[in-house]
Amino acid sequence: MNEGRKEIIQIVFVLIGVIFLGKLFFIQVLEDSYKNLAAVNAIREEPQFPVRGLIKDRNGKLIVYNNPEYDLMIILREVERFDSTQFCNVFEIDSLQLRGFFKAFLAEIKNKKANELQPYPFIQKLSNYDLAKIQDNIDEFPGFFIQARSTRAYASKAAANALGYVSEISKGQLEKDKSGTYRQRDYIGQSGIESYYEEYLRGKRGVKYLMRNKDGVVKGSYEDGRYDVQSLPGQDLISTIDLDLQEYGEFLLNGKAGSIIAIEPATGEILAMVSGPSYDPTLLTGKHYSSNFVLISNDTLKPLFNRPLMAQYRPGSIFKIAQAMVALQEGVIKPETRIRCDRSLIDCHGPHTNEDLRGAITNSCNPYFRDVLRRMLNKGKSDSPFDDTRIGLEEWTGHMRSFGFGKALGIDLPNEKGGLVPSPAYYDRAYGGRPWKFSNIYSIAIGEGENLVVPLQMANFAATVANKGFYYTPHLVKSIGNSGKPLPVYMERHYTTIDSVNFRVARDAMQRVVEEGTGQYRAKLKDIIVCGKTGTVQNEPRPDHSVFIAFAPKNNPQIAVSVYVEFSGQGGRAAASIASLMIEKYLLGGTQRKNIEDYVLRGKFLD
Amino acid sequence: MRRIEIISHKVDWVTVLIYGIMVLWGWLNIYSASYDENQSIIDLSINSGKQMMFIIISFILIMAILIIDMRFYETFAYVIYGAILFLLLLVPFIGKEVGGNRAWLGVGSFGVQPSEFAKFATALALAKYIGSVGFRMDNLRNQAILFAMIGAPILLILMQKDYGTAMVFIVFIVVFYREGMSPFLILVGLGVAIIFILTLLVENNWFLYGIIAGAWAIVIFFNRRKKFKRWAIITLGALVLAGTITSVEFIFNNLLEPHHQKRVMVLINPELDQLGAGYHVYQSKVAIGSGGFLGKGFLDGEQTKLKFVPEQYTDFIFCTIGEEQGWIGSLFIVSLFVTLLLRVIFLAERQKNKFARVYGYSVACIFFFHFATNIAMTIGLFPVIGIPLPFFSYGGSSLLGFTVLLFILLKLDAHRMHVLQRI
Repeated sequence: MNEGRKEIIQIVFVLIGVIFLGKLFFIQVLEDSYKNLAAVNAIREEPQFPVRGLIKDRNGKLIVYNNPEYDLMIILREVERFDSTQFCNVFEIDSLQLRGFFKAFLAEIKNKKANELQPYPFIQKLSNYDLAKIQDNIDEFPGFFIQARSTRAYASKAAANALGYVSEISKGQLEKDKSGTYRQRDYIGQSGIESYYEEYLRGKRGVKYLMRNKDGVVKGSYEDGRYDVQSLPGQDLISTIDLDLQEYGEFLLNGKAGSIIAIEPATGEILAMVSGPSYDPTLLTGKHYSSNFVLISNDTLKPLFNRPLMAQYRPGSIFKIAQAMVALQEGVIKPETRIRCDRSLIDCHGPHTNEDLRGAITNSCNPYFRDVLRRMLNKGKSDSPFDDTRIGLEEWTGHMRSFGFGKALGIDLPNEKGGLVPSPAYYDRAYGGRPWKFSNIYSIAIGEGENLVVPLQMANFAATVANKGFYYTPHLVKSIGNSGKPLPVYMERHYTTIDSVNFRVARDAMQRVVEEGTGQYRAKLKDIIVCGKTGTVQNEPRPDHSVFIAFAPKNNPQIAVSVYVEFSGQGGRAAASIASLMIEKYLLGGTQRKNIEDYVLRGKFLD
Repeated sequence: MRRIEIISHKVDWVTVLIYGIMVLWGWLNIYSASYDENQSIIDLSINSGKQMMFIIISFILIMAILIIDMRFYETFAYVIYGAILFLLLLVPFIGKEVGGNRAWLGVGSFGVQPSEFAKFATALALAKYIGSVGFRMDNLRNQAILFAMIGAPILLILMQKDYGTAMVFIVFIVVFYREGMSPFLILVGLGVAIIFILTLLVENNWFLYGIIAGAWAIVIFFNRRKKFKRWAIITLGALVLAGTITSVEFIFNNLLEPHHQKRVMVLINPELDQLGAGYHVYQSKVAIGSGGFLGKGFLDGEQTKLKFVPEQYTDFIFCTIGEEQGWIGSLFIVSLFVTLLLRVIFLAERQKNKFARVYGYSVACIFFFHFATNIAMTIGLFPVIGIPLPFFSYGGSSLLGFTVLLFILLKLDAHRMHVLQRI
């Protein structure tokens, strides 16, 4: 009567084994979520945000440092029912925002970007002030805790565009980061020095592994912190900026659009780089970052537009210095060469008729430089005037480029524009294959026409003249970490194609510009020989841009400056005044010419 | 000496080999589950060291079992059963309290759980009773005595609130079935369990009543030519199932303790309460699931090292294998158990007398129940009840208990020919 029962029992035993193996195969091999959960489950990974490197000025004054900032983190699994009104009171939000935060969080969980066991930033960027209030009440809300990190803080409102700003890494940047350096919520330099020196400033993220007990509460460090990685602070940078000079420059440029760049000629170190209008860098930190960023980036005055590197202007008359030196180098004129000021060919200004080179620079004689360019471009190397111009222009372009024109200099900031030095190839494109010769392109002789430069290039040019023929690529950081050195590229000298003897004429002429020429009234200093050149960039129908480049003192140049003030008329007014005030400030510590300073601050340059 | 020679010739070395592998592998896993790199596997202050002592004691015990005359077990079956029942009775009064349960009797610094030994004692007694002259499975009085024999230890163990061990004794019904009892009870029992779960799952009870009514009608239809008695039995079964539905709420809310209620609810909805009642199963599944196909390697399971599964070295020892040995390890351990079970049935079936056969089936069923419920609870197929995985879980009482259980069978098996000679 019991036949078959043995088999039934055997079958049941085997069947149970098979069911187990099937289920085990499912959870061990097919189902992936347990593998992720395992890591999540056992250990809570707490990122240790590194402290970003500080930025100091050339004299050791702090410019950028770090402030503590706090994120309110949530671990959903540990959250218990709480009084939402009380919560809103403590965290100064309204119930709609609270609802919004939860909605966003739950959406992240749904997208598998967050989970219930790992901390997630619920309210971010709380300040020290907020924290004081929260700390007394945080215990009432289980599942919430405060995580500290640091955010940027600024000792000065100056140099916002040069320094750049820092923000949480964007989705796009995170996707581009193939090295895996960054994680969500990491801070990253978005512009300026912060962006260019990101790899030095950022430091290294650490991690703390915390063990959770069975209630999910952190019980202490995992394995006594054996696997923890300390965060490494970023390297400090010493900037080339002289904060006093920078602030003074911002003070002078206040209310105006333009730029001021001051370079130490012997090193290429940028002493000041002012972009106007600017913004208060503090606005781009803390919890109002997003709303402030929208405000600033939508501002019609474009405060985020870093004019010293990005605003391309025609160089105007200051280009005549370069023309003169190229012509001397090519041997088409001598310093004594006189050319008649024939105003039927090109307009000119001021009472002069037949100047030599120094006089032509001093008086900014347009016909003189038109003829100089003609002599350079048409040397008679070819019978065809077209080919002849092409050969001459090729040589001319080569010389101009050696000054750093027509290409980005390579400053240690992102988004530098290169300007334009027209080459034969450029005109071929511009004329669509039709022939062109000197008479078509002569306006480049006086810095108008197709030439484009950025203010930085003009400052570099002034430094090159001060150095009699070489420059160091302008840069903003003179020491990274404890190295005491800038990046190696900023220690290389770049020589122009012009012999240094030829710079004598330019320097003499520039001295005369200040002492008796177009710049004399506002750029002249009592005890210091300033060499300068005015420029007035035509801008029809709006007022001209006022431009001035200078260096001083003549025999031992300490500072080279370029100043652009937009829509402010002649170079001898706004730009020359500002340039000379900057020189005074740097060399003497302040101005003795209160009237000039007042004139600049009043800002009525067109009257 | 001759006696030992006979034993070594006749003893079933396949089972001994499986036993050896299990005990050794279990020992390594206990070491892993309580791993501390500063302590060696034989350090007596950690679990693996203590387990090693239990293993040595087991070997001594095995020698003793094999040397003792085989007639001893049948002769003294009732005495042993009575003695163990007496100890169980004593436990609530003089027992040590360990982990909230008063289930231990102190012997020196070691505690002993009489409930672990009640299993083989009950098996011996049942085997003797079923094997006795004049026993008839279809005799209601005999059946009643059988149920009383498993009821007694169940009641006494329930008094210790050790629900898991108490449940083990239900598995003897499978032995009764093998010996000729009607499957009716098993089927109704399974039905009640399924209906119980379904009632908790399905909102509308009328739906379940409908299913039972339908099933009843169909079964009656197929049995329409059978006797009235069959009809009555079928109808009785259906009524019991229907009664289950109405009483589920009552049983669930009044008879089950709150933590049991939660364990059942967690089984139905694993997402529920992962840090509370569901924590154990959840952590266990995470540990096992994270092992993957090949596992993380011996001593390299992070979940295990972090002691995420509470008491992993005892009832949840399978997590260690799942995590560190992966599915391959699971495959091996499940195959090992199924092989052992089939081997024990094979041994039981080749016995020449009823006593040995019933005892053999009891051994198979007890191992089966432990294996099935233990693995099932670690992977979330069964509510968490605290019963160990034989030979793997840490614990002296359970290792010794299971060893005695198995080796008495091997002793009986070694002498199966003598039985014939005796007759």
